[in-house]
Amino acid sequence: MMLPLNLKALCFVVANRPIIRDMSCEITAGPKTVILGPNGAGKSVLMRLCHGLLHPTSGSVAWHGRGRQAMVFQRPVMLRRSAIGNVIYGLRLAGVSRKEAESRAAHVLEAVGLTAIAQRAARVLSGGEQQRLALARAWALEPGVLFLDEPTANLDPNATRDVESIISAIHASGTKIIMTTHSLGQARRLGDEILFLSDGRLVERAPVDTFFRRPKSSEAVAFLQGELP
Amino acid sequence: MSDISAALAEALRLIGGMDAQLAQIVLLSVRVSLVAVTIAALVALPLGACLAIARFPGRQALVAILNALMGLPPVVVGLLIYLLLSRAGPLGEFGLLFTPTAMILAQAVLVTPIIAALSRQVIEDAWIEYEEQLRSLNAGTVAAARTLLWDARFALMTVVLAGFGRAAAEVGAVMIVGGNIDGVTRVMTTTIALETSKGDLPLALGLGMVLVAIIIGVNLLANVVKLTAQKRHG
Repeated sequence: MMLPLNLKALCFVVANRPIIRDMSCEITAGPKTVILGPNGAGKSVLMRLCHGLLHPTSGSVAWHGRGRQAMVFQRPVMLRRSAIGNVIYGLRLAGVSRKEAESRAAHVLEAVGLTAIAQRAARVLSGGEQQRLALARAWALEPGVLFLDEPTANLDPNATRDVESIISAIHASGTKIIMTTHSLGQARRLGDEILFLSDGRLVERAPVDTFFRRPKSSEAVAFLQGELP
Repeated sequence: MSDISAALAEALRLIGGMDAQLAQIVLLSVRVSLVAVTIAALVALPLGACLAIARFPGRQALVAILNALMGLPPVVVGLLIYLLLSRAGPLGEFGLLFTPTAMILAQAVLVTPIIAALSRQVIEDAWIEYEEQLRSLNAGTVAAARTLLWDARFALMTVVLAGFGRAAAEVGAVMIVGGNIDGVTRVMTTTIALETSKGDLPLALGLGMVLVAIIIGVNLLANVVKLTAQKRHG
């Protein structure tokens, strides 16, 4: 197991502008962790630092042992090949044999309900289908941790519901979920614990019920009050 | 005026009648340029992809040099290849000077920087979209380069055809290393230059029309293929 994940005095600075300031915390196996915060709070950057796409200016990101991690982005990047070809591609890069990759890809496409369009070109699928395919590509890797950066930001309510149920299924299969969202409803529906970021700092961390009922920090109170009906 | 229209009529008659001399020249031209572009693409596409993706000190300088080499004067390339292949040159023992192989070599050298520089640009643009996803999937530089070469294949087809156009239309280099020998190394461009100076306008004009038709035709075909493929693959 690769968790817990320990962040120690993590800082990330771009062009003299601090994006993440002196952040320390431990992210444990189990609960679905939802990172909330206003625009520019550093949510996406924090996930990229944890995933290794960005390197800290100072401080450290320490995993407990090795293991596979995957990430699903706000806008899915599909390769110019078939839907199932995209899933097989990820598995082949992970060193899975072609035969094994084909059977795992078919299996995971069924799990996300895309079997019927497995042979279609991935880049002409709808936004919702593409995001489900991105989830399938990540899920097929059987990652210990899955990062999701606003996975439903560009989707309609139906597609959002599909994506949320797939995320729950991935969690149920034993994968740690760490995600960001701008939808407080989604945070309530999916989240077990909330990490609340403001201006590059971890301001508050609480179980989801506690956070929404009794936010402690003034920043979180203000953020929750700004919610649209 | 009547000279031109008479020449034009004669040119069309040569094309329509599949004149043997004209056909031989056209076929040699196409063969030389196709082989040259194939060799150039095999070198230049991976090179362009690696330059687009890999980050190493001196990369910017290398890109700048490559871009500058796109403007390499054909006669200078011809001269360099001539020196290499001439009897006293380092590759003189192979006796390649004034053969189609020498012309292929010259065109390949001329076209390689063009394909490399243009494909570097195409793939760097694609890399902006793909980088995070591919790095997240743990793709190394070589795997990422191969992935992008395949994913940008429609755009790269246009790049390779630009190279073909350049190779087929070039005179200076093939003139120097081929020698424009009748029946052996005479291609469309060198024949046009020679026949025009001799005053034999029909053959020059006919070849000119074929050359332009080939280049336009190949590019139109490529465009059709590209548009249909993009509609299907997105």
